[in-house]
This record gives sequence, C-alpha cells and structure tokens, in this order.
Amino acid sequence: MVIYLKSIFTDAGNLILFTTRFFREIVKPPFETHEFIKQCYVIGYKSFPLVAVTGFIMGLVLTLQSRPTLSKFGAESWLPGMVALSLIREIAPVITALICAGKVSSGIGAELGSMKVTEQIDAMEVSAINPFKYLVVTRILASTLMIPILVVFADAIGILGGYVGFNIHSDVNMVRYNAQVFESLDFIDIFPATIKTFFFGFSIGLIGCYKGFTASNGTESVGKAANSAVVLASLTIFIIDMLAVQITDLFF
Amino acid sequence: MKLSKNHILPDNNAPIIDIKNLYKSFGKDNHVLKGLSFFVKKGENLVVLGKSGSGKSIAIKCLVGLMQADKGTINVFGKDITKLDETGLNEIRLRIGFLFQNGALYDSMSVRENLSFPLLRHSSSLNPIEVDKAVIDILTSVGLTEAIDKMPSELSGGMKKRVGLARTLILKPEILLYDEPTTGLDTITSREISQLILSIQQKYKTTSIIITHDMACAKQTSDRIVILKDGIVNAEGTYDALENSNDEWVRSFFI
Repeated sequence: MVIYLKSIFTDAGNLILFTTRFFREIVKPPFETHEFIKQCYVIGYKSFPLVAVTGFIMGLVLTLQSRPTLSKFGAESWLPGMVALSLIREIAPVITALICAGKVSSGIGAELGSMKVTEQIDAMEVSAINPFKYLVVTRILASTLMIPILVVFADAIGILGGYVGFNIHSDVNMVRYNAQVFESLDFIDIFPATIKTFFFGFSIGLIGCYKGFTASNGTESVGKAANSAVVLASLTIFIIDMLAVQITDLFF
Repeated sequence: MKLSKNHILPDNNAPIIDIKNLYKSFGKDNHVLKGLSFFVKKGENLVVLGKSGSGKSIAIKCLVGLMQADKGTINVFGKDITKLDETGLNEIRLRIGFLFQNGALYDSMSVRENLSFPLLRHSSSLNPIEVDKAVIDILTSVGLTEAIDKMPSELSGGMKKRVGLARTLILKPEILLYDEPTTGLDTITSREISQLILSIQQKYKTTSIIITHDMACAKQTSDRIVILKDGIVNAEGTYDALENSNDEWVRSFFI
C-alpha cells in the first residue's frame, strides 16, 4: 500500500515537472512550426470523421430518448433547445474529449513510447536536437488547439443529428429547427463550455506525451504507456469537467 | 577492397577523450561503473569489450550526456562534459556521432528525411538542393543510394545500420561511438560493416569507440582494446597482445 501510494505521488510529481518543462520550452526558440502543423493535421483533421459520426449519433439518440418524456408533458417543442443545450454545455465536449483521449492520447503514448524504447528519442538528443521541443511541445500545443475545434464541430453535427431525430416523428424544416435551437442558447452556454475544452485538449496531449516520453525500456512499456495514457486522460477529463462546472456555477 | 589499420597516430598525440574515475549506480545496490578510467587518442579506434552488464554502453551514454555520471570526469575536446550546461553539451554533441545498436532510425520518416532531419536543424544556410546533395553523397559513401526513398521498415538490419551510420556522418563528427555495430547481423554483413567502419575512419579521419561482442569486428577495426570487468578496465592492449595474455579470463574473450 505504501509503495503504491509512493508511486502515485512520484508520478504526480514527475507530471508536474514535465508540465513545468513544457511551459519553459514553449517560449524558447527554435520553434518547430512544421511539426506543429503536421500534428494539427494528425490530431485535428484525421479525427474529424470519428468525431462527426459520434456527434451525429449523440444528437440523434438524445433526441429520440428525450422525446417520449417531453411528449408526456406536452413540451415537445422544447426538444431542439434542450438537445442543443445538453450537447453544447456537457455532452459534446465530454464525449468528444473522451473519444480523443482514446484516439489521440493513446496514439501519442504509443508513438513516443516506441520511439523511447527503440532509442529514437536518444538519437535525437545526441544529434543536439531537443526531443522535448520537437515531440512534446508540438503535440501538446496541437492537441490544445484542435480539441476545441473538434468539439465545436461535434456540437454542429450533434444538432444536425438532433434535427434528423426530431424529423423521424415530426415534420419541422431546418430554418425553424435552427431558430428554436438558437433561441434557447445564450452566451454563457457556449463560452465556459468552449473554454474547458482547451483544458481537455491540453490534458489529452500532456498525458499522452508524459506517458510515452517516460516509458521505461522494453516493448511491454509501449502498451502500458498507451493504456495508462487513455485511463489517466479520461479520468482527468472528468475531473476538469467537474471543476469547470463548479467554477461556471460560481461566476454565471 | 580490403582496408587495413594503418592510421595510428604517434604516441605523443594527446587524448581526445579522457574518462577518469567514472562512477554510475542505479538504485542503492546496482553499481555499474566503479571508477572507470580510459582514454582515446585522436584518430584512434578503441574497441571496448566486456561481458553483458559490465558497463560498456552506460560509459558511452555518459560520454554523450544521455546519462549523468554519479562521480568522475569525462574530458572530450578538453572540456569536462559532466560540468557543461545544455548549450555546451549540444556543442560537443555536434562533434560526436553515435551509432545505436539498432540504428534508431525515425520510423515515421523516409531514409532521405532521416538524413536531412539533423542537417536542416544545424545547417540552416543550406538550401533544399544542397541538403539533397549532401544526403545523396553520404548515402553513396555507405553504399545505399538506392534506399533513399524507402521507409525504415523496408530496410534489412544491415541497411538500417548503414543508414544510421550515414545519419551520424552527415553532421561530419570528429568522434564516432558505435554501440554493438554488428550485433544481430550475419557474418558477411558484419564483415561489411567492420570494413565500413574502417573506410569511414580513413576517409573522414574520425576517432572511434566501438563497443562490441564480435571478436572478428574487434580484430578488424581495433587499434587498441580495453576489457571491462565489474565497472573498471581490467585489461588493455592491442588485439594480438591481449589474445596472448597470461590472464586466462582475458584470453577467454578470444576463443
């Protein structure tokens, strides 16, 4: 038990040092712009299909599941607004972040982990190239910027899914549906929910990079790095979400 | 053409690498280096032998700053690298090439990109045509021009070592460190790699430390050999001298 606790605190301490190093390295030139753009493509663009399918299903299912209850109260017309609010404030950010924790964080963990065990990171270091700057800073930055974009995209696709779901039993045109959606939305529904997605993105990139970059030697550790990256990133997303909701509640 | 070792510089040539009383431990009980000391003169090929776990790889990793020694000094080009900051260490690293056991090629890059990657970062004045020319030139010198657009996964073990060596050479290092350059290769390829080490040394006038278990490679490439035992140098001399040593343990390496 003592050893287990000690390893948790050691890991937490190392993660804090890793984060500190990220903020130190991010401001120091040279900047790896080309690699950053490549990572934006890999993390952002290549995740679009997955996020699109998930977002659409989220909106569709949420509409279909909520309809019977709202119908009982004769509040069916609130359905578009309720679905949009649920999606934008909570469901789309969290589900998209969890999907990306699975895809991006594990991918980064496995990639950097295998680079570590096959001495590719050491090879960079002995060539006087800063591997932290090239591999870690670019990936964390790309993830921090791309996850919010993916979430906004998931919001839009989710609302479209809601429209399709609504039209299975009713007949509402797109303009009227959208009018109902935007009527129910306010600035405070969108702003805090979008801000928290930057933290989701940051934690996804950070944890994936930390687990991969600190993988011990041996191929077994590559699997462990990928696995623990997903678990820790998912857990962190829920913790950040809880804190974000509490803070939003205080200020708005 | 078979190359021979005819490049030993005069004895009064000052050491370019001088390791003194190097200690390195992992945890409380695992003492790997226990006061290791040896030197390498300019232009010399030093082969380091020793059983697995004797600290050979740890020593050269300390030499390039991949690991921090607990105690001792490592003088390279007259500077103690244990006392250098990151900038100072990187200046030294640019003058040292390191060939990893499995080549350590970047999986996500083609051979061309692997080779141009360090060059683009350290020779920013070069235009893309000059970078490409340098890549082709260096691949020609290791005999692998046809592999330029291949990915590392498409290369054999020997080819990976050659590309790894080319990537090391592209920055024109003065010192080359080889970590088991022939391990995992067949006899013929091992001999070719040993020949390549010699030809590179004669062409680029490099100083080398070669860690190996392959006695054929040691015989072919060494000017001098040191044998490590329990984290210190146990025997030192030329291949012929050590082969005929009175010490049975030393002779056991040459059987």
